[in-house]
Amino acid sequence: MNKKERLELAHWAIKQAQKQGANDASVDVGNSRDIEIEFRDKKLDRLKESTQNYLNLAIYAGGRYSSHSTNDIRRESLGKFIEDAVAMTKYLTEDPYRTLPDPKYYEGQKEINLGFYDPAYEGVNSDQRVKIAREIEGAAMAESDKIISCTSGYSDSFYEMAKVHSNGFEGERKATAFSAGAEVTVDDDKTGGRPRDWEWVTVRNYNDLLAPDKLGKPAVKRALDKIGQAKMESGSYDMIIENRSAARMLYFMYGPLRARSLQQKRSFLEGKLGEKIGSDKFTIIDDPFIVGGLGSRTYDDEGMATKRRVIFDKGILKSYFVDWYYGQKLGMEPTNGSPSNIVTEYGNKSLDELIKQMKKGILVTSFIGGNSNSATGDFSTGIVGQYIENGTIIKPVNEMNISGNLLDIWQQLTEVGNDPRIYSSWRMPSLYFKDIQFSGI
Amino acid sequence: MTRRKFIKAGAAGIALASIPGIFRANPLMAFSAPAGEKKLADYLEHFGVDESIIRDVMAAALEKGGDYCDVYFQHSIGSYIGLEDNAVNKAYTNVDFGVGIRVIEGDQTGYSFTEEITPKAMKLAAKTAANIASESKNLPPQRLQHHDIPEYYPIKTRWEDVKIDQKIPYLQKINDKVFSLDNRIIKSQIWFDDDTSYIMIATSDGKIVCDYQPMTSIYVGCSAEMDGRRERNSFNLAGRQGIDFFTPERVDRLATEAVNRTVELFDAVKPAAGEMEVVLAAGSSGILLHEAIGHGMEADFNRKEISIFSDKMNKPVAEKFVSIVDNGTNPNLRGSINVDDEGNDSQETFLVENGILRSYMHDHISAKYYGVKPTGSGRRQSFRYPVIPRMRNTYMLPGPHNKEEIIKSVKKGVYCKDFSNGQVFIGAGDFTFYVLSGNLIEDGKLTKPVKDINIIGNGPDVLKKIVMVADDLEYAEGGWTCGKDGQSVPVSMGLPTVKVSSITVGGVS
Repeated sequence: MNKKERLELAHWAIKQAQKQGANDASVDVGNSRDIEIEFRDKKLDRLKESTQNYLNLAIYAGGRYSSHSTNDIRRESLGKFIEDAVAMTKYLTEDPYRTLPDPKYYEGQKEINLGFYDPAYEGVNSDQRVKIAREIEGAAMAESDKIISCTSGYSDSFYEMAKVHSNGFEGERKATAFSAGAEVTVDDDKTGGRPRDWEWVTVRNYNDLLAPDKLGKPAVKRALDKIGQAKMESGSYDMIIENRSAARMLYFMYGPLRARSLQQKRSFLEGKLGEKIGSDKFTIIDDPFIVGGLGSRTYDDEGMATKRRVIFDKGILKSYFVDWYYGQKLGMEPTNGSPSNIVTEYGNKSLDELIKQMKKGILVTSFIGGNSNSATGDFSTGIVGQYIENGTIIKPVNEMNISGNLLDIWQQLTEVGNDPRIYSSWRMPSLYFKDIQFSGI
Repeated sequence: MTRRKFIKAGAAGIALASIPGIFRANPLMAFSAPAGEKKLADYLEHFGVDESIIRDVMAAALEKGGDYCDVYFQHSIGSYIGLEDNAVNKAYTNVDFGVGIRVIEGDQTGYSFTEEITPKAMKLAAKTAANIASESKNLPPQRLQHHDIPEYYPIKTRWEDVKIDQKIPYLQKINDKVFSLDNRIIKSQIWFDDDTSYIMIATSDGKIVCDYQPMTSIYVGCSAEMDGRRERNSFNLAGRQGIDFFTPERVDRLATEAVNRTVELFDAVKPAAGEMEVVLAAGSSGILLHEAIGHGMEADFNRKEISIFSDKMNKPVAEKFVSIVDNGTNPNLRGSINVDDEGNDSQETFLVENGILRSYMHDHISAKYYGVKPTGSGRRQSFRYPVIPRMRNTYMLPGPHNKEEIIKSVKKGVYCKDFSNGQVFIGAGDFTFYVLSGNLIEDGKLTKPVKDINIIGNGPDVLKKIVMVADDLEYAEGGWTCGKDGQSVPVSMGLPTVKVSSITVGGVS
């Protein structure tokens, strides 16, 4: 399908829905191509290659709402699919808030090239893909004789999609993504364990992939650093969360920030707009306009134009994620119902400098398991990391938990690093917290 | 018959109140037969192929010299309806249709799929998957023999034949009950899901198998308010079941359990942080086994020597009264499978027998590598993914103790009964599970409720610390889903009441 065909199909599907009795409808049509390679023991371990299609349809019929998806996008099948979808919708209860967004929110899309698509994609061939994976494995295997297993990988994907709403929205996008990295397991003769770690990046542009040795070597070092890991005494320690894991802690805040949680009365952040939830260092911004950003966009999933929004400003809660439906139900102005890129006000210290200023604490390099209670803010999660004394890494730790409440922990944030991890749409840097409760022995 | 014809035929003669016609099976299929009966001719017709087309596709898959290939046809149909703010005001449906083609050369895998079931599209996908191999040999696919399989999840009425207006009253009834039970309840969210698949698997060593795999669940979430405080919790029942599963008693329980589990949190405290004795309630506490040993016993991790269990086969790993199985044959349980996703028979596999590590869970590749029979553990999320070894229903067999003596034996500890999620690092062995609710144990008695604690331990270490096992095995009733390598599959688990002598609890100081 080309761009014109996708748009035509979307308009056609909307017309079919309206013929069957829908007042309004929205349609997303897309197709994608994905190639994945895994390399192990100096040979290709897994090769996966595929193309696929989808069509998502939302129906608004007499105040009733349903949504449907299919991977069969031929018109002769879709006609019946849509007829049945509309027929089924009539059995649902009427809900006056179920409408497409007011078209005024479609307007004002920023005119910017966000760099979704890299034309270099068309020139990448299978030999190059295998070469990258082979070189990453080679770089890793040369690092240590303690390696038990190394799997390196490369993948790329390409997608094109069109989005059409019956009340006037039309959008289209094509994008590429490239990923590469390695996962390494080493022999820990001290504990009998087989610790594993990884280095993996995802970027929009082929040339932004890191060189093979920048992926293979760090994966090995990280795994070797875990040799001898053990739990320590329970107690209060300072904590640094390394950039790659910092988004995990922030993610506990996301559910409670959504309008659905507020409306369904299961958010501990309800009624807290304007209140100080975190320290002066806790600034969180939803920034959709980063060129090459994995979460960048000029319109959101509902077609509404995006804006840069401050969610927390020096600890003060400034904005929720309000989608159209729950915004209507709550009588709140819609923002965007989901985050784009999450950024913060970066500090001026590197991770090494943050470690140097730590007297006694734990650098958390990874979380394991854990969860939080969206209604109360209570959380508890497992950690893996390094114990630090007087600015020096002393020993690896694991099998410990941190527990607390999300209304407290961000108040304990005292410093923000200068090292955002850009291989994720949540571009978090390393974070320094004072006096966190760890449970171990 | 082409797929087009199938869709059209399937759409004929649908009553208005029914699930959309596309979700119905082909009326040419013998659906007057019991739901459990699987006639190969019907499945071939359903997917619009015959043996010669399949063998042509397999020949293309093996043309670069692969050792083995399989072709996996799938048609899945999902339906969801949701209640919020006292109204069934949203519905979602999904149709997915395609064929996955896998080529194996040694332990290397080539994989491709197509959403178009035509000979041309399938051959193209086969040639893509073929590229994993570069050998001069050329093994022809064998003649296909239908392999008949047992039925572990018989249901009376196929989900495609259940109308939306039959399902809506269940949600309304549960909602009414929820609000009648406790005036502290301020919101409820109720979902009714059914998601079922027709699959047909053909292998180059000459097997063809077909199966109908139903799945359903009802979820009830509640928010409650008391003295300006809020709590929320949920309860759900799931299984490879038909609509008859939701008896008046189960509907009642869905509401009662969801409400009780929510309001009891108002009294809940956090235990002290650190190592202590932990008692796991019978049932979904089987999450302990799933994380502490289950993943580590999946053979791919052992073949690559990255599991902490890879050097422990036939060695003692637990007390003699500890036996742990992974079983795909439990009637109507969520993780049960009549056949695995590469055509191998489902079975009960002993991971640990009387304290001794006995068997990994194998797929085709690992069984060949270890020179053992497959254990029927090769599973995939859908036709879009290659098979990997996975768990089905993982549980511990009953032991010599009883629940009362176990609780009585604990001076200070935690009793865990309701869980949300867990994780494991299979090489280092660290694993966690998150406890939504339970109780403190003080001087041999269950006391205050506890909530929101993560428990963390090391798999082999905790297995050794299982010091008591009761005789009251129960299976988890809820909709557990296991994630691995980016693939999700439905599973279940189970446990009798079990005491672990020491494990780290994420409490407060």
